[in-house]
Amino acid sequence: MKKHGRDILLIAAILLIGGAIALILLLSRRQGAFVQVRVDGKAVALYPLGENAEHEIKGVNGGVNRLVIRNGEAWVESASCPDGLCVGMGHIRHIGASVICLPNKVVIAIVGEGADGGVDAVTGQ
Amino acid sequence: MKNTNGLNAKQLAFYALMIALALILSCLEALIPPFFAVPGMKLGLTNLVVLIMLYMRGAKSALFINAVRIILVSLLFGNGMGFIYSLAGGLLSGIVMILLKKAGGFSIAAVSVAGGVAHNIGQIIAAIFLLNTASIAWYLAVLWFTGAASGAVIGILGGLICKKLRDARLFK
Repeated sequence: MKKHGRDILLIAAILLIGGAIALILLLSRRQGAFVQVRVDGKAVALYPLGENAEHEIKGVNGGVNRLVIRNGEAWVESASCPDGLCVGMGHIRHIGASVICLPNKVVIAIVGEGADGGVDAVTGQ
Repeated sequence: MKNTNGLNAKQLAFYALMIALALILSCLEALIPPFFAVPGMKLGLTNLVVLIMLYMRGAKSALFINAVRIILVSLLFGNGMGFIYSLAGGLLSGIVMILLKKAGGFSIAAVSVAGGVAHNIGQIIAAIFLLNTASIAWYLAVLWFTGAASGAVIGILGGLICKKLRDARLFK
């Protein structure tokens, strides 16, 4: 048992820190107000989360992501990228949650009241 | 049988074998469909090679193999963006694993778990800079645990392979 003492300590520390990060993110989440769309780091659109809508988002290199906003949730319905990971990222509704398409450099994030609110305020963007 | 770089034929063969193995493993991994539940989660099979190099040949060799396989895999299967992500993840996990091994007292599996987490942290840091957004930090909570899980699988495998290699006395 003594032989694995440091192993157990290290793995416990890793799991604890991971749990703490998850807990902080979980406790600090709030229902968002807007869906912010960024392409290549620049905010290109801001849609209210409360209004049902569908939008075509043009990413870099001619890539396209289809954004759907319905019942206070936003998600990517379909995309031109080969892996389609953004479609698999599911529905988002809380401030700071995001759907990201790496090939098209599209970031769809939920923000609070005020156009540049939410997590992005931290980076001063 | 020393060449100019001070590598003998046996060592050269071992390096070549490891790089070939890394390429095969990344090819194999590309065949596995992405885990739909957690996008971005990967098994990190190539990390197996880095881990084996670290324990069979030491820190310098592990970093060297890591760099070579990242460059080769990006050239063969990837694109420019993928290269930066792999480099950020690969370097951070490599450094963390080297430091933990130096610190001593940790098993291969535990070192690999820390390496798996570090790999995902590196990739998220790269994404924050490349995409110019902190929104992705939300994702760290998930990738933290998937990194630990895949690191554990790779670490257990790596430990078994290192033992076999030592028993076979082919190298060292």
